[in-house]
Amino acid sequence: MSKEKEVVVLDEVTVRFAGDSGDGMQLTGSQFTDTTAAVGNDLSTLPDFPAEIRAPAGSLSGVSGFQLHFSSSDIQTPGDSPDVLVAMNPAALKVNLKDMKSNGTILVNSSAFDTKNLKLAKYDSNPLEDGSLQGYQLISVPITQLTMGALEGLDISLKEKERCKNFFALGLMYWLYNRPIEGSSKWIETKFAKKPLIVEANKKALKAGYYYGEHTELFTTRYDVHKAKLPKGHYRNVSGNEAVALGFVSASLRSGLPLFLGSYPITPASEILQELSKYKNFGVKTFQAEDEIAGICSAIGASFAGNLAITTTSGPGLSLKTEAMGLAVITELPLVIVNVQRGGPSTGLPTKTEQSDLLMALYGRHGEAPLPVLAASSPADCFWMSLEAARIAIKYMTPVILLTNGYIALGSEPLRIPSIDDLPEIPVNFRKDPEGFQPYMRDENLARPWAIPGTPGLEHRIGGLEKKHIYGNISYEPENHALMTKIRDEKIKNVQKDIPLLEVEGEKTGDLLVLSWGSTYGPVKEAMRRLKKKGYKLSLAHLKYLNPFPANTADVLKSFKRILVPELNLGQLARVIRSEFLIDVIQYNKVQGQPIKTSEVEGKILELLGGENGK
Amino acid sequence: MENNIKNNEVAEVKYTAKDFASDQDVKWCPGCGDYSILAQVQRSSPDFGEKLENIVWVSGIGCSSRFPYYMSTYGFHGIHGRAAAIATGVKLANPKLQVWVATGDGDMLSIGGNHFIHACRKNVNLKIIMFNNKIYGLTKGQYSPTSELGKVSKTSPYGTVDWPFNSIKLAAGSGATFVARSIDREPKHLQEMITRASKHNGAAFIEVYQNCPIFNDGAHAHLTEKDVKHDNVIVMEHGKPLLFGKNKDKGIRLDGLNPEIIDLSDGKWSVNDVWVHDELDDNPTRVFLLARFSDLQGFPIPIGVFRQFNKATYNDNVEEQIKLIKQKKGEGTLEKLFYTGNTWEVS
Repeated sequence: MSKEKEVVVLDEVTVRFAGDSGDGMQLTGSQFTDTTAAVGNDLSTLPDFPAEIRAPAGSLSGVSGFQLHFSSSDIQTPGDSPDVLVAMNPAALKVNLKDMKSNGTILVNSSAFDTKNLKLAKYDSNPLEDGSLQGYQLISVPITQLTMGALEGLDISLKEKERCKNFFALGLMYWLYNRPIEGSSKWIETKFAKKPLIVEANKKALKAGYYYGEHTELFTTRYDVHKAKLPKGHYRNVSGNEAVALGFVSASLRSGLPLFLGSYPITPASEILQELSKYKNFGVKTFQAEDEIAGICSAIGASFAGNLAITTTSGPGLSLKTEAMGLAVITELPLVIVNVQRGGPSTGLPTKTEQSDLLMALYGRHGEAPLPVLAASSPADCFWMSLEAARIAIKYMTPVILLTNGYIALGSEPLRIPSIDDLPEIPVNFRKDPEGFQPYMRDENLARPWAIPGTPGLEHRIGGLEKKHIYGNISYEPENHALMTKIRDEKIKNVQKDIPLLEVEGEKTGDLLVLSWGSTYGPVKEAMRRLKKKGYKLSLAHLKYLNPFPANTADVLKSFKRILVPELNLGQLARVIRSEFLIDVIQYNKVQGQPIKTSEVEGKILELLGGENGK
Repeated sequence: MENNIKNNEVAEVKYTAKDFASDQDVKWCPGCGDYSILAQVQRSSPDFGEKLENIVWVSGIGCSSRFPYYMSTYGFHGIHGRAAAIATGVKLANPKLQVWVATGDGDMLSIGGNHFIHACRKNVNLKIIMFNNKIYGLTKGQYSPTSELGKVSKTSPYGTVDWPFNSIKLAAGSGATFVARSIDREPKHLQEMITRASKHNGAAFIEVYQNCPIFNDGAHAHLTEKDVKHDNVIVMEHGKPLLFGKNKDKGIRLDGLNPEIIDLSDGKWSVNDVWVHDELDDNPTRVFLLARFSDLQGFPIPIGVFRQFNKATYNDNVEEQIKLIKQKKGEGTLEKLFYTGNTWEVS
């Protein structure tokens, strides 16, 4: 009979699951996430996996990780440093140890620490025995061995039994953090419905892990993280890529336009295409094109024909789409280009994050080719910004670039499920009346009419050549080109009247403003909160609209003596702020393929404030 | 047109060629073969059985790609090489539209090669007319992917050293379900090909030999000049023997898989020995034999339909699948969108 174990209540915990890319760590992590969401914690996740699908088993390059931050209060990031690391083999330990909090908990699968694996991980001696893990709470559990033991007598192969070890680890973590195992049990039943023996094996492993926690003397304490106080409503966990897909299907429902996606698979944007290809019953047409260019060009064709058209990509794909973006600019057709930024240039770091396509999004087209640029700030915000991008594209008859990045695209957090009334209105007015129609006549927003093929009496021709103002015929007249260039520019500037003002969180004027954009919002916000708790007076403004900027941007910037711009590039927003507003900023840049950590922003702010004396 | 088009109730609208001409001045060089192609398209258009507003012409870049501006239908002048991709988007977005592509040998076979082969592979219901003048005209005289080996041009002053594409082989090999060839100087024949393409449900490709009087004048003269064309052109007609020559006294005989030219006037061969053209042949082998004539010395150039067959189109498959999934899962709603998978309530 085991002793009654003490339960310690924690505010928040960051857990990282790490193992071989074939060990099922992403799955283990997402199961833990679903259960954690269901018990009512706020949470944020981030997968970290290699670009290689199956690097050699046990090698350092093959390590795949999944980090989850959960809390009893509102949180913004997947957490800087794990409190707990689950390491399924020596390589996973080696790769992840440097990120751990000091005195953090390390749960290792000791069965995997054999000579071969130690050598593959380039360990000279066994870290479980050589004292190098002093300073951490090491919990050594022979997970593989215990799993095999629990599955003895089951009529499946040894290999299949061995593969159940991630569920043992999951079960043990459920016990340790006081979460129910039923959700994952059910999931196993559905997932492997056609293989009853595999269902049995995985469920057994899950339970064995759970009860191992309860009975072993290794653990004297278990932990609990209470429910978070989130706004009332229904929730579901979404990654940024899923949220983009949901956002555009919602935009389709709201506008009444069928959704068309022309896209080519590319990391880390492929999930959007994968997700949208599931929504056939929503009338969604997904065209997996022969290349990136066909992706955007088919979307332009679909837009011409009256669909809500989008294309999705990442850095290299954005480069390939640039010429066609110019075509969408001059033909003035609604189109959304979603760019999930990754480390560049060229192939760069496909599975890692960066914010280094901002300048390209703003300026990367030949000719004067302005278009609105938006950036989502978190996984759930990807939903709202997708709707917003669709709204602007249709209202102003323009292509719009929506920037996300690997960090928020693959990371997840709860999204409060909206009702139809929560969604912005997206009115569509196809031109029907031939009376007085001209393809380049304009409304009060300078948008031209959307006159789609199939409408009698509105037959017209558009294309990439400069258009005659109002009439739309080819025109090489110098004055006309100047006029059209200015109109296209003014039209995009007009969008400013239609977007929210830049909000300042904290003091409205003062010494230091932190100006963030896109995915840096989470860590910056978290850092501000920590510093506020310590008594610092601080201000944060977050940009989700990069072109045009909110109308009050200059006023906000001028209300502060100093402005800190943290970003995952070498200073792209900083450069734009300087050139647009003639205001200098202090840069904080990181280009390691990793998100900015809360502690890093906190450190930089403290440094600017003069350390503890700056309160 | 004879009927009042403003009344949409009128089901049968009788158009004339003029109804398909836009108000724009046509700006091709004098004597350009494109004029004839435009005229034949406008003359054939009333026979398509489509309302004017349901026809869309899409193009890329090049002389040929100005085509949509001269038609009174909906038109989209795209960017270089991308016409097939744009047209695919139009067709998928609204499958009721009849979508045509006007393109050239450079636009479609060089920069647009990838889009071309994939549109053919998917059997998207597009009608592609490729104007083949074997030269880059709009950029003023560089060799094209269909220029013959040794072609002297501005970028090949000593002659090209690369082999040309055989467009018919490429289209047929990529899966186009209607593959034909015609010549700008054969108006009746060209009209027939265009009309037949309009009726075909699937990826239709017509290669039109077109003369560029400025940069490649006479490239097809052996196929168009009265005194020689009968010896150099063979008209393929379904179910009829492959005969050519002014008096139809020459024919093609198949010796196994080797075509040979036979003379029907010397008594050795009769018309019964001549290969009978079968457009509907399941086996593509003969299409490639015919396509190869243009690569062989001494063989006449076939014009007409090389092959026509039916298989499900990509756009129909897309529609079918959506219909099926809608039946299975019911029409999508916001509720269904969000409440699939794991959700929870905070109260």
